Amino acid sequence: MSELLQFLFSGVTVGAVYALVALGFTIIYNASDVVNFAQGEFVMLGGMITWFAHAAGLPLPLAALSAIVVTAALGVAMNKLMIEPARGAPVVSLIIITIGASIFIQGAAQLVFDKQIHSFPAFSGDAPIRVGGATILPQSLWVIGGALVVFAGLWVFFTRTLLGRAVLATSNNRLAAQLVGINTNFVMALSFAVSAGIGALAGVLATPITLVAYNVGIGFALKGFAGAMLGGMGNPKGALVGGFAIGLIEALTAGYLSSQYKDAAAFVVILAVLFFMPQGLFGRKSADRV
Amino acid sequence: MRITPKLATLLVLAALVAITPFFFPSGYYYRVGALIFVNGIAVTGIVILTGYAGQISLGHAGFAGIGGYACALAPVHLGLHPALAVVLGAAVSALLAYLVGRPILRLKGYYLGVATLGFGILVSMVLNNERDLTRGPDGIDVPELGLRALLKDQGLNLTNGEFWYFFCGICLILGAWIALNLHDSPAGRALRALHGSEVAARTVGIDVARMKLSAFVISAVYASVSGSLLALQNKFITPDVAGFMHSIEMVTMAVLGGVGSVLGAILGAGILTLLPQVLTVFAEYEQMVLGLVMVLVMIFLREGLLPSILRRLRGRGE
Repeated sequence: MSELLQFLFSGVTVGAVYALVALGFTIIYNASDVVNFAQGEFVMLGGMITWFAHAAGLPLPLAALSAIVVTAALGVAMNKLMIEPARGAPVVSLIIITIGASIFIQGAAQLVFDKQIHSFPAFSGDAPIRVGGATILPQSLWVIGGALVVFAGLWVFFTRTLLGRAVLATSNNRLAAQLVGINTNFVMALSFAVSAGIGALAGVLATPITLVAYNVGIGFALKGFAGAMLGGMGNPKGALVGGFAIGLIEALTAGYLSSQYKDAAAFVVILAVLFFMPQGLFGRKSADRV
Repeated sequence: MRITPKLATLLVLAALVAITPFFFPSGYYYRVGALIFVNGIAVTGIVILTGYAGQISLGHAGFAGIGGYACALAPVHLGLHPALAVVLGAAVSALLAYLVGRPILRLKGYYLGVATLGFGILVSMVLNNERDLTRGPDGIDVPELGLRALLKDQGLNLTNGEFWYFFCGICLILGAWIALNLHDSPAGRALRALHGSEVAARTVGIDVARMKLSAFVISAVYASVSGSLLALQNKFITPDVAGFMHSIEMVTMAVLGGVGSVLGAILGAGILTLLPQVLTVFAEYEQMVLGLVMVLVMIFLREGLLPSILRRLRGRGE
């Protein structure tokens, strides 16, 4: 029983990271219908920049903040330089562009930082907390709390603020949104900034547990995407639930089946979801306009 | 005889394969040439899948891995001749593509991208983890094809580099010939029609699902053969051949040169294979340049290098 509890704890922890990545996907997807394959690189950047700034002597909170701000700025730059010029391009082109961006960021991170694996101290110590025969790290609580706070913040933003509603209006119909005076370019830039910032936050929170290296992004992107898809693409509630679900499935696979193939769990979920319920848990059925 | 675009492409390819060796400063260039041809074969498959049918795959290196490991494993465990192992690898790839493709190809765009990506990563995960069979990440030896010794008996004495250069070159020309024939066939027209609009293609009676599946299976065979040839000429293979980066390289080569054009895609394979060889300092920047090429080509030269250049030349002539 305590064994199961232990697996659940570790599943919820990684699940919270995947949920944050999935929320990042959701924001950009809602604003622009683009699935940003570089989403995982934001997580990597969050971890790497924090490590770098902390190693350079900045106090940890300041290092973390600078990582989030820099990554958000990079997100805006990516939108401006890569996504905006390709507006109206076919989906295949957009996939290649965002994958290209992802590879580019990885390559740049190798040069700017290095190829080593890094970490920085956990926020509130490393003493495990004992719960019902299993243990959980204080840092796990930070990650889980972070995912829930971000979700609540997004919910308030999208339902209670004018700006959030402008984002929703843009995703619904860009032209109509422009007609009622919404600056859709600003909305796009904002979504990339928020999405990249959330990704970086995930990296900041998770690195003391999962460690960081230049090439960890693609794994986060795939699992976050699996989570977003499981929940229903474009639905924030779905992204949160889906992310946690992928984390739990992975942890249980590692615990009871095979730790070597735990990464396969996410893909099996992706394939199963695609075949049996393409609209996901909370998604709407979609139809193509001919 | 009228020179059709198809014939022109084949003639250009054949001339390139035959003439460039006269300009090679050293034997090493035969090896680079052979690598370009091997990548060219894989990329020709991408042209059929992405250029003709408009479907994306981010996991085709998985099939290259199957082709490569077939050549390493089948001769040892099944006692097959390496040449038959190539055929076996292609058959396994085709079967797998058929089984995986049936459900996957119902998906579009992003979902198809992620599903194929997941497939590729699963294959490379198996190759890395099943150490008893594949010896894991360190790689495994591949037996000699034996064709060079056979040619020697016939009085044709080629160095190892020369043999693989011409052998892969001939395979590439064959592959290009098949792809070009497909382009002009009713099946090729059907693929290009569904690329334009699946709904429109369906209304004129094209079995869209079946055509997409055929394109996927054919391109998987191309990738598999390319993996086999790589394994046989290196006499060694590692799971990297099935890795995510290799899948991305295939797509990048194709879109750089022009994914709608066989010759263009092969040009892309040539450029991206040559760059790291010519600029040794390039190694550090390889990933950055690869990513940048993908982005810039998709923004500024959406059709790819060769079609854009040809269009410009034609525009000037008129």
